[in-house]
Amino acid sequence: MGVARRWWRRLTSMRTALLLLFLLALAAVPGSFLPQRGLNADQVAAYYKAHPAIAPLLNRLSLFDVFAAPWFAAIYLLLFVSLVGCIVPRTRLHLRALRSRPPKPPRYLTRLTVHAAGTLPGEPADVVAAAATALRRRRFRVDVHVEDGGAALSAEKGYLRETGNLVFHVALIVLLVAIALGGLLGYKGSVLVVEGNGFSNTLIDYDQFSPGRMFSPSKMAPFTVNLRSFAATYLASGEPSTFKAIIDHRPSPTSPYTTSPLTVNAPLTIDGAQVYLIGHGYAPVVTVRGPDGRIAFQGPVPFLPQDTAFTSLGVIKVPDISPGRDGRARQLGFSGFFTPTTGLGPNGFTSVFPAPRNPQLTLLAWVGDLGLDAGTAQSVYTLDPSGMTKLSTFTIRPGQTVVLPHGAGTITFTGLRQWVSFQVTYDPGKYLALIAAVAMVVGLVLSLRIRRRRVWVRGRADGSGGTVVEMGGLARTDADGFEDEFMSLASLVGIKEEV
Amino acid sequence: MIPVNLAMSHLSNTLFFVAVVLYSLATLAFAIDLVAGRVSAEVTPADIAVPAMAGAGRLDADNVVAGEQVARGDDDRRAGIAQRAGMIGIGLTLAGYLAHFGSIASRGLAVHRPPWGNMYEFSSVVAFVCVTGFLLLLVRKRMRWLGVFVLIPVVAYMGIAGEELYVSAGPLVPALQSYWIWIHVAAAIIASGTFLFGAVAATLYLLRERYDRITDRGGRPGGLTAIADRLPTARTLDRTTFGIIAFGFPVWTMAIITGAIWAEHAWGRYWGWDPKETWSFITWVLYAGYLHARTTAGWKGRRAAVLSLVAFSALTVDYYVVNLVVSGLHSYGGLPH
Repeated sequence: MGVARRWWRRLTSMRTALLLLFLLALAAVPGSFLPQRGLNADQVAAYYKAHPAIAPLLNRLSLFDVFAAPWFAAIYLLLFVSLVGCIVPRTRLHLRALRSRPPKPPRYLTRLTVHAAGTLPGEPADVVAAAATALRRRRFRVDVHVEDGGAALSAEKGYLRETGNLVFHVALIVLLVAIALGGLLGYKGSVLVVEGNGFSNTLIDYDQFSPGRMFSPSKMAPFTVNLRSFAATYLASGEPSTFKAIIDHRPSPTSPYTTSPLTVNAPLTIDGAQVYLIGHGYAPVVTVRGPDGRIAFQGPVPFLPQDTAFTSLGVIKVPDISPGRDGRARQLGFSGFFTPTTGLGPNGFTSVFPAPRNPQLTLLAWVGDLGLDAGTAQSVYTLDPSGMTKLSTFTIRPGQTVVLPHGAGTITFTGLRQWVSFQVTYDPGKYLALIAAVAMVVGLVLSLRIRRRRVWVRGRADGSGGTVVEMGGLARTDADGFEDEFMSLASLVGIKEEV
Repeated sequence: MIPVNLAMSHLSNTLFFVAVVLYSLATLAFAIDLVAGRVSAEVTPADIAVPAMAGAGRLDADNVVAGEQVARGDDDRRAGIAQRAGMIGIGLTLAGYLAHFGSIASRGLAVHRPPWGNMYEFSSVVAFVCVTGFLLLLVRKRMRWLGVFVLIPVVAYMGIAGEELYVSAGPLVPALQSYWIWIHVAAAIIASGTFLFGAVAATLYLLRERYDRITDRGGRPGGLTAIADRLPTARTLDRTTFGIIAFGFPVWTMAIITGAIWAEHAWGRYWGWDPKETWSFITWVLYAGYLHARTTAGWKGRRAAVLSLVAFSALTVDYYVVNLVVSGLHSYGGLPH
């Protein structure tokens, strides 16, 4: 039992708290320098390619997912326990201090480092009562005592300091709870939508979806969002100036649509979930005809931007072409890039401005088997060339049609649309976290600014109708500047001289 | 889009340069003040009665009496030079401060937005906050000895900003066009400037503490440590450091919280462990550690001061390294990649 108590006392000591704080800070460092899966899974994959030897080892140590790692959790959970174990007894002590009265005046007030004395007219009881009023106006808690030959008072203030300290630490715990709640019960989804299309808040519609552990899909608000249009304006330097999306949305399948704008920094709230505009890009609209001249594919294809001028990479897959009479697959695939304002760079065509001033697609055509029936999932943005043969490379501008060699078909660049990526988040702990954070700041300011002070005043009859007054003070914290404070209190009581 | 006011922009650049020159000259003046003056200008009459330790010139002064030079049999002329150099230093600092303010204000007028939208502007305002802190302590507590030590990093900060981080005046990228820039970025600037000032005070404390340790042993401190006899006591320096950091810490907490609120509006989540967020968190935890250390036995004094400097290094990483080297959602340095 003694061992347990010793370990508990060690865990809840300030020194352990210091050590754990330092460890927490240190543990967060690799999370900022190594790519993290939660932030950018592509960067993690790139890291694997660049450092094939150590990447698996780092992965084992959860260094690509530091903030969800068990050892990171261990540190903040220990801190949590240490914190709770320290706060509970301190709160009890503070409550007791709040209920108790200021300590009685010591016998020799003039022995205190900070003291003053003088003579005032009037009876001791009146003088001390007047002093009590003056100190109470200065927010002291005052007790008046009757003594032999006179009266005395004890005054104390600064209780808010410890209250602030406790509020801060309790709020910190509440914040952690709020973050945990949000993480467990909430969800985050992202989806790419081309102008003219939309999505509904269901699992199947999202490109990426990360739910909390205790989340259930039935809790998802059944709203629908359609992207009517998107416009971006740019400065002459190519830097973005404004982004604005116009969306139609309805909170449930039976409600009417409302039209609203959506911009960066101004999300839309629908039923507790929030819809954000995260990114945008171009989706060239193409029509692809097969060898028989029938339309095999028609529609916009999102291309993903690679630089600030929106040189975008993409892939067009056309699986709806039946095999030839000899049984060979004749599906078409196009991989390449789109440039909204085409210019010539050192490595060929590149975009020099993000707005579509002279758009162009540069494509490599493939024919063969796209591999979509193989059973394994494929990214819509990458082409698997293993079952295909190269046909030709060409550029194509809006309105143009390119005839592919060997009668494989034709492709027409019919128009240009834009796409927007939306992020939908639902975090039920969000408001509690905010309240806790505000409480933390308030508690913090109180705990650092409020000074604890004790002041005593004693009055004794001097035999000729007046009172000999002695006053002493003690600074429990922040002794710096207490003398001036005390002097002003003394003059308030009426004492002009200093002993 | 209102075009950039080029005349204002030129004025801003000129005033920036003028401020740096004035601050540099002030540094020189304060350095002369420090070297020429034999002892610190803050001494209480009671201490004169205390026998001074042989050769060390160390005094136990806790309180501050303005302008009082203790004549310990030394050159009154030297004391006069020091006094004059100090006054010149103050004058130059004030002039530089006005020019600095003018530079920031005219930059804001040139771009029709708060003048802290990229690293160049941010650095300038952080340096401004630091000098403000110095001027406040100069007026309220007559801490003239801080002059040379504060202005050296301020000039360095502004020099780096002017040389390496400069971008011409222009509007903000859309993601930054929000009223939060007044609140979140302003809080971050005030806290950073305060912490910079705090780091100067902590360094001076460590210098003085080292000086005291060497002289206690009876040795003679050499080199940089020798100037510590012109600084106030270690206790004063420790309290000054604490006072500064105790002011900056709640402001930094506010900066993180308002950053989280802004992130929630813009990016859909209030915390995502983006490198900037992570390093702000690390800085916060380390400064929290400093505040705890000051009340923990065995950690008061030197260890706490060192911890505050570690925390300041984290802040420096948060500012320079994260903005320029690591790329995340928060890369608004303004510099072309």
